[in-house]
Amino acid sequence: MSLFWFIVKRIVESLPVLFAIVTLSFIMIKMAPGGPFDGEKQTDPLVLEMLNAQYGLDQPLSSQYTRFISNLFKGELGPSTNYPSWSVEEIIASKLPVSIELGLYSFILALFLGSGIGALSAVRPNSLYDYLPMSTSMLGICLPSFVIGPLLLLVFSLHFQWFNVQGWNFPQDKVLPVCTLALFYTAFIARLTRSSLIEVLGKDYIRTAIAKGVSPLRTIVVHGLRNAFSPVISYLGPALAGLISGSFVVETIFQLPGLGRFFVLSAMNRDVSLTIGVVLFYAVLILAFNLMVDILLVFMNPKRRFND
Amino acid sequence: MTEVEQVTIPGQSLWREGLLRLRANRFALICGCVVSLIATFCFLSPVLPIADYAVQNRDLGPTPPSLDHWLGTDTLGRDLLSRILFGGQISFKVGFVATFTALLIGVTYGMVSGFIGGALDRFMMRFIDILYPLPFTIFVILLLSIVEERSMTLIYIAIGAVEWLSMARIIRGEVLSLKKNAFIEAAQSLGQSNFKILLKHIFPNLLGTIIVYTTLTIPSVMLLESFISFLGLGVQPPMTSWGDLIKNGADFMEEYPWMLIGPAVFFSVTLFSLNFFGDALRDALDPRSED
Repeated sequence: MSLFWFIVKRIVESLPVLFAIVTLSFIMIKMAPGGPFDGEKQTDPLVLEMLNAQYGLDQPLSSQYTRFISNLFKGELGPSTNYPSWSVEEIIASKLPVSIELGLYSFILALFLGSGIGALSAVRPNSLYDYLPMSTSMLGICLPSFVIGPLLLLVFSLHFQWFNVQGWNFPQDKVLPVCTLALFYTAFIARLTRSSLIEVLGKDYIRTAIAKGVSPLRTIVVHGLRNAFSPVISYLGPALAGLISGSFVVETIFQLPGLGRFFVLSAMNRDVSLTIGVVLFYAVLILAFNLMVDILLVFMNPKRRFND
Repeated sequence: MTEVEQVTIPGQSLWREGLLRLRANRFALICGCVVSLIATFCFLSPVLPIADYAVQNRDLGPTPPSLDHWLGTDTLGRDLLSRILFGGQISFKVGFVATFTALLIGVTYGMVSGFIGGALDRFMMRFIDILYPLPFTIFVILLLSIVEERSMTLIYIAIGAVEWLSMARIIRGEVLSLKKNAFIEAAQSLGQSNFKILLKHIFPNLLGTIIVYTTLTIPSVMLLESFISFLGLGVQPPMTSWGDLIKNGADFMEEYPWMLIGPAVFFSVTLFSLNFFGDALRDALDPRSED
């Protein structure tokens, strides 16, 4: 199968999935008690009726659903009931940069630092260079972000006062949130890289490379890491999904104005179009990323084919 | 006359060998003991001579650890030790029940898919492939943030529904390799029904794998539960869980750091020990598997 048809097949396959996600989210929000205009104080019944009519909430559920889906095919998510003057796309676009930045930096940090540490441990297994990083990484896997985050704040922001406690304004504000989010994935990638690289370094072609005088660094990076990297690449898909849900927590801890925190609020406020918009956005992001990972895996290992 | 000494060499079952291998791993044993100890104390907390977890003492307010309150009190003057033990009870309960839910779905699904094989297997596995990359945590968050009354049952179901996927995959793989064994063929030629073969011949051979992955699923379930609680979507007050306590502690850590440190230590130690014990158990019972 050629690359083109592979991509087409995957996109066609993911359409029903996305459709199911939208439908499921729609049903879940509509089944929930309470509506978007329930506030602390009683809204005037007349106003409520007008509001409901304005957003089409007075119509039966089936017609609300068909309208929502047909709007979706036109590429519109409809207005947000919580932020009347904004469209859902505008709201997501305004909240997204913080989340993207947080996620991207953590992703890069985890990938490079993790594989670096893993490679270092694999070169001298069962030495101090192995035990020290590996036991630290076990700690990184077991300490969840919502424990690490507050502890980092306690030590570095409150005690040493090196960083601000919250906010996302200066470059140094990004240090603690990114470290918090990246820690687990750095540790996990380090362990993956280590076990995979140890196996590869035992292969004959590594011995050949050393025998013909390839420099140690080149042997490890070009001959070793390149072949050992498939498990890490395959893990990147689940890692991205984890980073997204992890960012919900990190944004809560550091009070960041990102999409994750906002998503929880919008679901609580029964804001259908906004909630589904965010869910859909994340689902498309993850599915697209997984497709990219699968393509990358084929390019890295020509023995793989696109059809499996 | 010399008496002939009778020497019997007991047969080594796979289980026995596994246990011996596990016993050799001291650190893992310690981890196992630590977890059982913490769990025992959590479940015994109602009968232990400590303060009630819900009784407030607003005059007392937050106090650092003292002889009366070993781990201090929270902002409402409640004893933190008893709150941590009670919260742990909830966390463990969620860990066990949700893991069991995941196990029930995953093992059944994997066994059927692997044993029947053919088109059904392809379809069932394709279904999992499609579900696998989906942002399930987002769905759990969505589900829990829209319901009015977050009952424990809902939390069990929501978490169990996320965790069964990998269980189903692992079990299917095991069943596929078990199916090739001669004893399955023998049972089939004797005319046993598929259901009986699954129950009597396949399932007992899966027990090792099931035990190992149960041990490894419990900590990830507990992590997910505290994750949800931390977002304020878990159990509702006056109930509490470790995630909820950590969240509470994080809110007041500037003034009353012990409110964060106590629950965080209990939670991390439990998670670390469970993970480590699970890994060792996997190495002991299932030596072929890799990371």
